[in-house]
Amino acid sequence: MADVAETRKFIEIEVLRYRPEQDSEPFLQIFEVPFTDDMSVLQGLQYIKDYLDGSLSFRWSCRMAICGSCGMMIDGKPRLSCKTFLRDFHPGRVRVEALAHFPIERDLVIVMDDFIDKLESIKPYIIAKEPRTLEQGEYLQTPAERDVYEQFSSCINCLLCYAACPQYGLNPEFVGPGIMALLHRYNVDSRDGGAAQRMDVVNAEEGVFNCTAVGYCSEVCPKHVDPANAVNQNKTLSAKDYFLRFVTPKGGAR
Amino acid sequence: MNTPNPRRPYVRPMAGWWRRNPFFVEYMVHEGTALFVAAYAIVLLVGLLRLAQGEAAWNGWLDALKSPLSVAFHLILLAAIAYHCWTWFRIMPKTMPPIVVRGKRLPPGAITGCGLAVAAVASLVLLGLVWGMTR
Repeated sequence: MADVAETRKFIEIEVLRYRPEQDSEPFLQIFEVPFTDDMSVLQGLQYIKDYLDGSLSFRWSCRMAICGSCGMMIDGKPRLSCKTFLRDFHPGRVRVEALAHFPIERDLVIVMDDFIDKLESIKPYIIAKEPRTLEQGEYLQTPAERDVYEQFSSCINCLLCYAACPQYGLNPEFVGPGIMALLHRYNVDSRDGGAAQRMDVVNAEEGVFNCTAVGYCSEVCPKHVDPANAVNQNKTLSAKDYFLRFVTPKGGAR
Repeated sequence: MNTPNPRRPYVRPMAGWWRRNPFFVEYMVHEGTALFVAAYAIVLLVGLLRLAQGEAAWNGWLDALKSPLSVAFHLILLAAIAYHCWTWFRIMPKTMPPIVVRGKRLPPGAITGCGLAVAAVASLVLLGLVWGMTR
């Protein structure tokens, strides 16, 4: 029988490092990591942190593609590192970098303040169309009404779509795919009446019309949210919002 | 107190972004084929201009179209416009509200297929009409 050590497989993980207190710019560092076929890229990074270099920084939490913390550029593509397996890169080398289009805080950790600010700006909660008292009971909704927004409510804020969007990289003022998917999720909810407040974000200079329909955001989304669809549906809605002001009695005044 | 802020976020450059991913290269190619659509529109506009200038000018334009160079150029235009058409309808499902048929959402492939079929039929009908008129 073969010795366990002989059959042990190794893979080279190339990590983009950046330590703001000592590096003027990021650099690549290669680690040789033993792995098994069931190991994710995230587990590879955890091995590096535990046994090779404790200073390596990265975000992670659930390890099962639901918390949205461990998004990284893996071999140049935005992916969740918990959902990407080392075996798919072996015997080659795998390169891991911080999510594209975001400033690097440290190593694989990005600055996501911009996303959080935008998230707050769209009021990501139901603004009741007709507020009900406790005595009146719950807000009812049919399965058909739920189907309209369900896909967009699957967003886990992992930011892969932003790392896939060159328009966001070129102009970080752009509201971006993920936020538009969430905005759409509330605007088309039958219980919600806050669409008028949120349309200001859609219509703005930095709104939907920054999108040039590259479509890569929807390709990389790990939850099949199809943010490109939310953005592009809102181009139509924004145009409608604009032209309706000329025909409605209120003249677009809110 | 008064410790310097150790944060120094590093912003990576965007130069050459479209060469970083095959998906972006393909995007630039399909956006680029729009120029061929514009080029063909210019060819047709020149034809209109020559028509307005009289019979001799119009016949000159027709002769120019028959030159081997022009035929080769038109073959390139046809290929580029066909590719543009295919990529246009491929992205179409991402740009529209869901279409529900008998309680089921129409799959993206069906939308792309319908668009391509309509484009093909329209092209054939136009070809047939022009063919009929010139015979």
